[in-house]
Amino acid sequence: MTVAVPLSLIEAFDELARTPDARLIQGGTDLMVEINFNHVKPVDVIALRRIKELRTWQVNSNNTITIGSGVPYQEMEVGQLKELLPALAEAARTVGSPQIRAAGTLGGNLGTCSPAGDGLPVLFALDAIVHLQSLKSSRDLSIHEFMLGVKRNARHTNEIITGVTVPVLDGWQGYAKVGVRNAMVISVASACLAVDKKNNSVRIALGAVGPTIIRCRDAESWLVQQLDLTSATSIDTTIAQEFGRRVALESKPIDDHRSTAEYRRHAVGVLAQRLITRAYTS
Amino acid sequence: MSESIGNEMYTLRINGQDRPVVDAWVGESLLYVLRERLELPGAKGACEQGECGSCTVLMDGDAVCSCLVMAATAVGAEIVTVEGLIEKDPSMAATAEVIASQITDVQQAFITEGGVQCGFCTPGLIVAVHHLLDKNPDPTELQVKESISGNICRCTGYGRIFAAVEAVVQVRKASR
Ligand SMILES: Cc1cc2nc3c(=O)[nH]c(=O)nc-3n(C[C@H](O)[C@H](O)[C@H](O)COP(=O)(O)OP(=O)(O)OC[C@H]3O[C@@H](n4cnc5c(N)ncnc54)[C@H](O)[C@@H]3O)c2cc1C
Repeated sequence: MTVAVPLSLIEAFDELARTPDARLIQGGTDLMVEINFNHVKPVDVIALRRIKELRTWQVNSNNTITIGSGVPYQEMEVGQLKELLPALAEAARTVGSPQIRAAGTLGGNLGTCSPAGDGLPVLFALDAIVHLQSLKSSRDLSIHEFMLGVKRNARHTNEIITGVTVPVLDGWQGYAKVGVRNAMVISVASACLAVDKKNNSVRIALGAVGPTIIRCRDAESWLVQQLDLTSATSIDTTIAQEFGRRVALESKPIDDHRSTAEYRRHAVGVLAQRLITRAYTS
Repeated sequence: MSESIGNEMYTLRINGQDRPVVDAWVGESLLYVLRERLELPGAKGACEQGECGSCTVLMDGDAVCSCLVMAATAVGAEIVTVEGLIEKDPSMAATAEVIASQITDVQQAFITEGGVQCGFCTPGLIVAVHHLLDKNPDPTELQVKESISGNICRCTGYGRIFAAVEAVVQVRKASR
């Protein structure tokens, strides 16, 4: 086994060309668990943690933000990132514990692509673009095309996820998650809601209730007909409830060791209702 | 330059010293390397999946679970373990009295306030509390709770631990 610790993307691609089957490791909070428990025994590993390019983020001139795949969650919880992307900040804050948030990254969340990954519903709600790069080429994929199924994504083995780009929206946004306790918990069901006043639209994405993150397009377009998203300052309880009911209908949950399909469907409905109520409580 | 490490040797920077790691499988966790190869058993191993926090160390100033760090990838990082929080005088033998005279204010407060019972989670908590108070000398109750939410203690019920943190905050305030 070899471990490479490149200091730049170029060096990382060289390593990847030399050891094409290498596993990438960023924060290690998913991969090391697999290794510690002997579920994975990689032959070669390329560690991305010292690549500065991946650990930065920037606000772009077209009112979008590009976040490097190696930026740890703890940086999303505070400062300008929190101000501009409040839903991402809320999702980041629900991840594991301070220790996990100091190490864990969006690159790893996308690499693992668990439907319960807390970063993913935010990326789906914001229609994020995922940046993938290899030695010779680079491509941008919509998050909707990137996540293919439970722990499956469209990354080629010679590619490194370098970051994601999301828009800065004008409108309320938030993230809510149900788990068995507050700290250190993988979500049983989760939802991200983002209002986009400029386009008079609302986006809601659900986590842990289907093989991929689910965008509730029907509920979204229904709500636009009920409420002027740009000027409304409050929302009728009956509309919020009906929105929740419609969101729940679009979920595709299963029974597993963490919860039941029935509970999950109920939970996402409640989360959606709460989020839209929070969005329109002045 | 990129460093590629096979099953040979790499060097970690731990508690201000360069520590070579020899003849180790490179997939080993930092926790394993600290305990089994470098004679630093302060960080404890329990869950090996980042849930319990008893293996917490500082890496480049962040509190992380050493069980989730692949040791060979930590080259170039400044690592501080619970042992490194104490400023040792190498000329003194490590007798019980000498150790007692060198412990940190956080460690002393844990003892005084009864924040230690079985002691297994204690080293991780000591590191987490030092990390908190270095960044935020006057934390709110919620901030204290959140900062140790990744450190599980099954004995104390946490009340005594919060009391210990509060005691350190007050003592440090008084001496500022
Ligand atoms: C105790 C604990 C609690 C947790 N709680 C949560 C939680 O509440 N919510 C949540 O969503 N997750 C949680 N996780 C899971 C994990 O922390 C997240 O999925 C995190 O985002 C993983 O990031 P990482 O950088 O540590 O990934 P790593 O472990 O480094 O990598 C994960 C996968 O992604 C691949 N990868 C990493 N970076 C790249 C890249 N740049 N390009 C291509 N592939 C890449 C790796 O090869 C690997 O397959 C928890 C984990 C632990 C141990």
